[in-house]
Amino acid sequence: MPETREKLLEVRDLKVTFGNRRHPFTAVDGVSFDIYKGETFGLVGESGSGKTTIGRAIIRVNPVSGGQVIYKGQVISGKVSRELDRQVIHDIQMIFQDPMASLNERAKVDYIVSEGLYALHAGLPEEERREKVAAALESVGLLPEFASRFPHEFSGGQRQRIGIARALVMEPEFIIADEPISALDVSIRAQVLNLMSALQKDRGLTYLFIAHDLSVVRFISDRIGVIYKGKLMELSGSEKLFAHPLHPYTRSLLSAIPMPDPIGERNKKLLVYDPSVHQYSETDPPLWEELEPGHFVRGSRRELDQYRKVLGQ
Amino acid sequence: MPHENDIILSFQDLDIRFTLRGQVLKAIRGVSLDVYRGESLAIVGESGSGKSVFTKSAMGLLDANGTIAGGHIWYEGKDLAAFTTEKEWLTIRGKEIAMVMQDPMTSLNPLKTVGDQIEEAVVLHQGLRGEAAKQAALEALAAVGIDDVERRYKQYPHEFSGGMRQRVVIAIAVACRPKVLICDEPTTALDVTIQAQILDLIKQLQRKLELTTIYITHDLGVVANVADRIAVMYAGDIIEVGKCEEVFYDPKHPYTWALLSSLPQLGVKGQELYSIKGTPPNLFYEVHGDAFAPRNPQALNIDFVERPPFFDVSPTHKARTWLLDPRAPKVEPPEHIRHLREQGGKSYA
Repeated sequence: MPETREKLLEVRDLKVTFGNRRHPFTAVDGVSFDIYKGETFGLVGESGSGKTTIGRAIIRVNPVSGGQVIYKGQVISGKVSRELDRQVIHDIQMIFQDPMASLNERAKVDYIVSEGLYALHAGLPEEERREKVAAALESVGLLPEFASRFPHEFSGGQRQRIGIARALVMEPEFIIADEPISALDVSIRAQVLNLMSALQKDRGLTYLFIAHDLSVVRFISDRIGVIYKGKLMELSGSEKLFAHPLHPYTRSLLSAIPMPDPIGERNKKLLVYDPSVHQYSETDPPLWEELEPGHFVRGSRRELDQYRKVLGQ
Repeated sequence: MPHENDIILSFQDLDIRFTLRGQVLKAIRGVSLDVYRGESLAIVGESGSGKSVFTKSAMGLLDANGTIAGGHIWYEGKDLAAFTTEKEWLTIRGKEIAMVMQDPMTSLNPLKTVGDQIEEAVVLHQGLRGEAAKQAALEALAAVGIDDVERRYKQYPHEFSGGMRQRVVIAIAVACRPKVLICDEPTTALDVTIQAQILDLIKQLQRKLELTTIYITHDLGVVANVADRIAVMYAGDIIEVGKCEEVFYDPKHPYTWALLSSLPQLGVKGQELYSIKGTPPNLFYEVHGDAFAPRNPQALNIDFVERPPFFDVSPTHKARTWLLDPRAPKVEPPEHIRHLREQGGKSYA
């Protein structure tokens, strides 16, 4: 059960604001969730919902304007010591969306994969570095000889493997995968998803899987958080979320999943989310509550009571 | 409703080649396909399978190094493959056959107002001027579900959201009342919730304007939603054609099996997803036999030697695979496919 598992990452009331003081834009507003060791946590939302910003805030690319990110019990957001910073870079790595855009076109694979090693292990003997690169390439199913080639010589799926090798060479514990398969073809997607699952099993990796495609997230994630306009709407074990979606936004997302089934598609009924149904007010503000073990929903008291009824409590 | 005998667009033995640094790439290898009036046809395939090139050839939009090396494209008694001048193409492109591109971010001009861009189309193709052109543009905007058209008409693309922008692109495409609308990955760049709305819009326009639509996509969820018929493309060839239900519930070609099986929607959590090994063939080289054979673990010997002909499964369903030859051994489709048939296709005989 989740409570007995070790919390690897805690996000507490995270807030990320862009723009200057006069024109602030809050991309992420009061988001809290935990990620347990060894699990895959899926973060789903539309474009502009702030899902990527959360990932980037965790890895310290975007500065946090409120709240905390706690990794293995240590606060890693805001100002941290140099030592902790290095530790974080080591332990948390990222896989990017578009393998066509995220690899340096003018660098050989050898350099792309070892860039992190150059930055953090400046004194690493050349031979050891080469061994590490070869091992990383092999672990993603590429040949070590590929190290001497340039990115344009590879197909999309292979390039995404290079992106994964670049993350693995640092021997991270936690990987943030930001839409890692949405730029790939259907048949290649399956290969990359399988690779990610296999690596998780072998190395006990923990993933934060950011995506907009719920069907993919359902397949790979243990738990899913649904985010809309910078706020979490619902968080639950993935099967539970699909069985009992409570929040209207989650329901509309689920209703829109395209299914490869003509008869099912024909009978599909689209639900459109209308944020004005909530009627939040000063006296009845939205709360973030756990309605059943591990299943959190955002809603006012009145709404939460309704959701409880749906769950049969 | 589509009439089986009323063919609006017919591709016959089409060969398309590209010359790249002295090498010849055979992008389309002898493909024949009939498109029926009023139907909605989906062409499915991975990137590089030639699905975009195939449809672009019907609009004269091939890149400069690409040529139609053989075959015919018949449209209303004219052979489009024989067109040589831009003037000839202008009688077809936009007017008779129009296209909606993938990414609304890049297919609109950021420096021109949305109204101007729609007017451009009606001025060119319908010869309207001044107030008449503006009226046509406003109507086109309203037809694609954009509110407050007078104000929206004067706005620039950046003032529109992604979904709204795609609506504008569709408005431009249908403003000239084409008979055939080609939608090249119309929703790939959009969010799922918006995607469903755009697909509904295209379907609704299709009914209202009696369009024939051709969708090009790799998303089988979209295909299941919109298509009357499906053509599956692999390595520059159509390998299976059939009604939507036939291809989803009773696919015959091993590539179609593999494509459907690798969908995460059909995967079981904790188990490996079915994945196709290897990569598609390099079309710079001659393809022998069935192009999918090297990636097909159950390929027959003949698959490597001779290209299979089309075998009829039903009057509307045919596939290019030796498995349908009466002499072929019986190969069962993978478990996922049988599962899909049992689950979704309950009402399908």
